[in-house]
Amino acid sequence: MDHIYLDNNATTMMAPEVLAKMQPLFTEMYGNPSSMHSFGGAVARHLNEARENVAALLGASPSEIVFTSGGSEGDNLAIRGTLEALAGRKRHIITTRVEHPAVHGTCRYLKKQGYRLTELSVDRNGALDLQELRDAITPDTAIVSIMWANNETGVIFPIEEIAQIVKSRGVVLHVDAVQSVGKIPVDLSKTPIDLLCLSGHKLHGPKGIGAMYARKGTKLVPLIMGGHQENNKRAGTENVPGIVGLGTACDLARRYLDEEFGKVREMRDRLEKGLLDSCTDATLNGGDERLPNTVNISFEYVEGEAILLMIDQLGISASSGSACASGSLEPSHVMRAMGVPFTQAHGSIRFSLSRYNKMEEMDHVIEHLPGIIDRLREMSPFTSGKAWQGTPIDHDH
Amino acid sequence: MWDYTGKVKEHFLNPQNVGYITDADGTGEVGSLACGDALRLMFKLDDDGRISECKFQTFGCASAIASSSALTEMVIGMTLEEAEKITNQDIAEALGGLPDEKMHCSVMGREALEAAIANYRGGEGTAKKVEGHITCICFGISDKDIERAITENQLTSVEEVTNYTKAGGGCKGCHEEIGEIISRVTGAEPTEPVPVEEPKRKLTNIQKIQMITETIDREVRPALQKDGGDIELIDVEGDMVIVSMRGNCAQCSVAQFTLRDVVQAKLREFVDEDLQVMEA
Repeated sequence: MDHIYLDNNATTMMAPEVLAKMQPLFTEMYGNPSSMHSFGGAVARHLNEARENVAALLGASPSEIVFTSGGSEGDNLAIRGTLEALAGRKRHIITTRVEHPAVHGTCRYLKKQGYRLTELSVDRNGALDLQELRDAITPDTAIVSIMWANNETGVIFPIEEIAQIVKSRGVVLHVDAVQSVGKIPVDLSKTPIDLLCLSGHKLHGPKGIGAMYARKGTKLVPLIMGGHQENNKRAGTENVPGIVGLGTACDLARRYLDEEFGKVREMRDRLEKGLLDSCTDATLNGGDERLPNTVNISFEYVEGEAILLMIDQLGISASSGSACASGSLEPSHVMRAMGVPFTQAHGSIRFSLSRYNKMEEMDHVIEHLPGIIDRLREMSPFTSGKAWQGTPIDHDH
Repeated sequence: MWDYTGKVKEHFLNPQNVGYITDADGTGEVGSLACGDALRLMFKLDDDGRISECKFQTFGCASAIASSSALTEMVIGMTLEEAEKITNQDIAEALGGLPDEKMHCSVMGREALEAAIANYRGGEGTAKKVEGHITCICFGISDKDIERAITENQLTSVEEVTNYTKAGGGCKGCHEEIGEIISRVTGAEPTEPVPVEEPKRKLTNIQKIQMITETIDREVRPALQKDGGDIELIDVEGDMVIVSMRGNCAQCSVAQFTLRDVVQAKLREFVDEDLQVMEA
């Protein structure tokens, strides 16, 4: 077994069908879709088809789809564009403590600019208290931005219920759906969401392309000004190959959605159970309502980066919420928001699957990981049963 | 992916001298589970006073384990006088260098060695002694630890101090103090990237008037009305906001004070920091 890729929440393999569809748009079909001539017009037809494919996956109308450079741009456009359209009439933002940096960082920036920010807390299972959301909404609330599913734990928020609460108060709702589109059903004809973002490379499409859904009538000031492209919401000549790739990926996602639910969940469940059964002091992070492809387990007394590098030697790619792996000195904000104790947060490992994984790959991981955890624990001063003095710290001051 | 040298990988994948010495002459412990890395270093001396055996137990990332392993190899055969001269740079060099963000692993090695030697000489306690006062509460790093890291590694910025000691890597509340320590030790201002000034939101006049009205309604009027007064927006010319005081406020001698300090402050906070408030 050469390479076992279990980091699909970070990025995915591009589907071969996607590349095949994109190729001619790089070479012979290089016309500008905005041109008057038929050479550009032919390209515009591909653009429209892609828009239809994205809309179909979301249960939306093609005119409600705006192509962006990816999830981060979409989140920025949705949040900042909405606030700018309100021209300061409302200055309160509600989000959660576990958002992706694209939302988290944007909201923190806006707070510095003078907006009021409420970050809803989550419990030990990563779940929201919807009463906290109800209580947080005020007449000054401009936008509520809540992710559909968490990238680190896979925890799914009850978006339908959230949408009912937010819309009954007349507030704009933005949903970062980068991790959920293509993994679970998303139907915007039934869920009253105003703005929703997705990213191409998370669903076997290309990198550098994404889409934002903006419900008809949603007021938005563009981030990128200039031409009239994308219904005046995003200027600039379209990234046609990327858009066609995304359209193809969405079409495939729609057709494979049942597989994602079935086969992928089966593999994930096997991996999850196998690791929890064979490793001591291993705990699952996140409650039952999770993406079918994600499992996040904390291995106590060992550090995540060390685990990742050890399994990397075996050709297994995963990720960790530990401090070292995050490139900062503190464990992931999601683990901290959930109140995962530091002893567990530093040793948290996320495995995220895709339809390209195989059952025997799960067995391979289950066979090798427990030995690696044991080896690292043998090195650890906390598992030898000897009292530890160490450095006195106050990490929760 | 960290850019680790071959040496780091070698020591991480095949660490030397892992273990516990039950009758150790000296034991040093640094770090904690909460911090994300911790090292216990133990040694035994032979009859000539040389380190004959040195073992470690480490909880942490690859570079923490590699630093511990490399350190044990370095000190075996040394006298304590020789061992205590080892700096964190020596440990990093033995590994062919460490990424900047991981230099604190080499500092942790040096600290554990010192704690172990102190434990042998002083007898009591295996934990690193805290000298000076704690500057970084998140990671329990004292001003003395920071001063030493600055001197030994010629550090000039808060970011470097964080890389080498972890101080300032948590809540960031001590960044100012770390800056002061850098100035004190190096006699120079800390070199930090100059924060980029955020471009100001340019408001149209209509937006500006609307925001001013809303801010006055929300932030100012309720307080004035409580005292039987009121305020009216007369005009906005550029950054000049002309208002008129009503009721009790019109005769009040402290109205000027109210205007500048409350109305202007509120408008500057919520609308535009260049606004000037004047009474009609």
